[in-house]
Amino acid sequence: MTAVPIVARRVRIPRQSAGRNALLLALAIVGSGVLLRDLLPWTFRLPDAWVVPVADWITALFNWLGYSADLGLFTFRDLTRGIAWLLAWPLSWADGILYSGFPAIGLPQLPWIVLVLLITILGHAIAGWRLALLAGGCVSYLTLFGVWRGSMQTLSIIVITVPLAAATGLALGILATRNRRAEAVLTGMFDLMQSIPHFAYLVPVVVLFGFGDVPAMIATGIFAMPPMARCTILGLRTVPSEVIESGRMSGCTPRQLLWKVQLPAARSTLMVGVNQVIMQTLAMAVIASLIGASGLGFDLLYSLQSLKLGQALEQGVAIVVMAIVLDRLSQAYARKQPVRHRHGEAIWHRHAHAALAVAVLVVGYLLSAWAPALRILPSGWAITTAPFWDAIVEWISLNLYGYLGLIRDGLLVNVLIPVRNLFLGTPWTIFVGLVALLGYRLGGWRLSLLVAALIGFIVITGFWTPAMITVYLVSIAVVICTGIGVPLGIWAARKPKVASVVLTICDTMQTFPSFIYLIPVVMLFKVGDVAAITAIIAYAMVPAIRYSYLGLRRVPTTIVESAVASGCTRRQILWKVELPLALPEIMLGVNQTIMMGLFMVTITALIGTRDLGQEINKALTDADTGRGLVAGLCIAFIGITADRLIGAWSLRRKRQLGLA
Amino acid sequence: MPKSAFIRRDMLAVGPASKSERMRTTAKRHFENTRKREQRAKADNQQQEVIMRSARVRHWTLGIGVAAMLTLTVPAVAEVPESSDPIKIIHNNWTSQLVVSDIAGQLLEKMGYTVEYVPSNTQLQFTAMGNGDLHVQLEVWEGTMLVPFEKEVEAGRMIDAGSHTAITREEWWYPIYMEEKCPGLPDWKALDKCAELFATAETAPKGRYVGGPVDWGKHHSERIEALGMNFVEVPVGQAATLWAELDSAYKRQEPIVLFNWTPNWVEAKYEGKFVDFPDFAPECLTDPSWGTNPDLAYDCGATKKGWLKKGVWAGMEDKWPAAFTLIKNMDFTNAQLAEASSLVDVDGLTPEEAAAKWIAENEPVWKAWMPTM
Repeated sequence: MTAVPIVARRVRIPRQSAGRNALLLALAIVGSGVLLRDLLPWTFRLPDAWVVPVADWITALFNWLGYSADLGLFTFRDLTRGIAWLLAWPLSWADGILYSGFPAIGLPQLPWIVLVLLITILGHAIAGWRLALLAGGCVSYLTLFGVWRGSMQTLSIIVITVPLAAATGLALGILATRNRRAEAVLTGMFDLMQSIPHFAYLVPVVVLFGFGDVPAMIATGIFAMPPMARCTILGLRTVPSEVIESGRMSGCTPRQLLWKVQLPAARSTLMVGVNQVIMQTLAMAVIASLIGASGLGFDLLYSLQSLKLGQALEQGVAIVVMAIVLDRLSQAYARKQPVRHRHGEAIWHRHAHAALAVAVLVVGYLLSAWAPALRILPSGWAITTAPFWDAIVEWISLNLYGYLGLIRDGLLVNVLIPVRNLFLGTPWTIFVGLVALLGYRLGGWRLSLLVAALIGFIVITGFWTPAMITVYLVSIAVVICTGIGVPLGIWAARKPKVASVVLTICDTMQTFPSFIYLIPVVMLFKVGDVAAITAIIAYAMVPAIRYSYLGLRRVPTTIVESAVASGCTRRQILWKVELPLALPEIMLGVNQTIMMGLFMVTITALIGTRDLGQEINKALTDADTGRGLVAGLCIAFIGITADRLIGAWSLRRKRQLGLA
Repeated sequence: MPKSAFIRRDMLAVGPASKSERMRTTAKRHFENTRKREQRAKADNQQQEVIMRSARVRHWTLGIGVAAMLTLTVPAVAEVPESSDPIKIIHNNWTSQLVVSDIAGQLLEKMGYTVEYVPSNTQLQFTAMGNGDLHVQLEVWEGTMLVPFEKEVEAGRMIDAGSHTAITREEWWYPIYMEEKCPGLPDWKALDKCAELFATAETAPKGRYVGGPVDWGKHHSERIEALGMNFVEVPVGQAATLWAELDSAYKRQEPIVLFNWTPNWVEAKYEGKFVDFPDFAPECLTDPSWGTNPDLAYDCGATKKGWLKKGVWAGMEDKWPAAFTLIKNMDFTNAQLAEASSLVDVDGLTPEEAAAKWIAENEPVWKAWMPTM
């Protein structure tokens, strides 16, 4: 309590009395909530009879769409199945090229040696030798570690999904820049789409599109599309007006203006969008295998299922490796400036890389016909590090288990169970009231109403108890993430050497398929909340580190210098200058950590938690669309509430510090 | 006897039809899928058409004379493959299912069919099979899949293609070293007496029973209550979590009792036994007065002889009759399933390689399943 006036004095929050009023109001909300809890039981838990059956309505809607909706000439189901059938075409071609071959015309699949060389050439063409070696090396990993087939299945889904998702995103983005109303609708939709956990997308897709590679592709595409649309909007908006005017002056039609002026000028932002689409597609790779996508994701799940942890790790690394190659190639391409060739240069000179690629293709095919090992590496030649990793896991579980067990029990008894009981025992009225109050203090009436409505949705749809378990798991994980991540970020910001190591680890952890954490945490901590929280921490720590690092690095050097000049010690500089200035940025990192924690918590349902993720998990097995979507929406609403509140706080704080 | 049983061996060699032809028929199927009543009739027409078309191809290749002769010598013959559309076989994520599915797939390929493997999950697969999106499931487990399977069969969208000889059991299970720590096992009363051995910080002083995936509907919590046991069920979210728990405890010889079933690859790696509960009877689940507890149902163990069936899409019998006969004839015993799985789990082959090896080594077994001769 005493901390409040001190903080207030230091940064001079205007209207001190308002702060005191708010505190009193908060106490009043808590007090009345506790009192009413016993007098009127419905203020504690809404009775089942009062629950608005939104989930049932949605299920009914989807069943109607899936089984009986008739659009006149054809049914809705014909339409969705028709779309799926259309998409199956390009996919079957990609499959043929990459791994199944075309037996009908006797053409085998692309030999691995050809693909390795082609990617190397592509790397060289885009950014020279370093990238060429990196890309070639990474693709070689796939063949050397015997995950070639799965990788190619995944790649074939990616090469079809990414262009489709990118094109859709581009079209929607262009639409949004043309039409104010469309923009309002679309950005709202994207906000929602990006906060619903990917797990929740699977259920409606299964009902509408069925099971297999194509529905998985559709779910992936829907999930990966919003960043592209956002980048398109951003890119087109930020084209300098001089460029557009000069386009107009040279007599462009609107269409020419778009295609020949605006889009080329926005090229690098658009490529950032494409890059995001690729990364999201890979992030979805494992989850999509739950609805029938073949490839690395399925192989990984199978390895985990049969406790082949080392093998699962290698398959996980294969996904990371593919992400690295595609990420670096697309980033380098985004930065690359178009090359101008002199007039009259010979064609093979001008297209040296293309010519080399064709040569490699032809020679590679011929060679591999003669030596099949160049087409598919015999499984005996593949190397594996799996026994090594299995031994490490075994060693840890034999030798460290005792200590981990102590930590687990201590955490559970002293922290987790009391906190869980607190969350579950708090009436919803208190939560809604406090959140609304916080919203009002930070952003006025509009924010207050918004967050109250979002949390109210969870109350009236009857998902309150699992939602509270979700909130409890994520809150504890976020506190621990912040406690570890922020100091790490500060350390990295001070020591460039540490930074390079920490940031590389961050990159890897972020692309690592989240599923892979599930099994080791169970082996170390047993089924339960500690295992779930550990998995969430492992996955959601990254933004806390990264944003703290960036926040400190972005503190203007002039301010730091003036602090040095006024004789601050290093500690004073950190605590009195850098940290307060970086705090808004750090809080955005915490915000991201919350978002990622919410994503991961749905996946920890597979360990055996009783949260909203479990509702989605159950909905997925029963194909109960409404339940899955509403649970997904509840998670999204929790995320949006946290996001808006922290965003409002961060903005206010930046204004006070004169940064915004 | 089904007419498909008359197919001659030499006909099995006919290759798949051209890609575009396959695509065209797939397209047709997609658009005809929904109208349930018309579907049958249309599928028949379409099948007729496919047969006619592939017959035409044969006429080209073999010559009209030979074809006519064949028709004369073997009346009412169906050609294999009757349709060149791919038969979609379901892959789940446990070993025996994968190997057996691959064995079925490779045998179907030997007959000339085009086969596709589609990964699926244990519950949604039934909706997909009912829709005709997927076609064959080689392992339908009584314990976990009874309800969705029967729903589709009763609606006429799926066909029960017979049981394996193998029997299945799903029950509480403990590693063998527990018999020393807790004398009297496998009796459930003895287990209940050692409940404290199994306690953890969350469940103390009660014992912890690691239950099957939340959505499998095993009613083990109800059983604990009905039998008045000193245990708490902690369910997992997916099967893999069970094995992670088991592996971790097994290495340290720590007390654990968890949900398990047979046949399962786990048997090959960890030694253990099922707990003996009061014998199962169907009334136990519905009638509270039955059994030792007069007020509650579920006061008994699970059945010790669950079936393991094969299930297929209802349209399969008409579309690929010979393939349907093969699936119907396929029959594995517990020993055969364990042997096939150990090729993967012990010898380290991929399921695909294991299936090929099994086929090479067990020719008399699968020859007997083939719809020819």
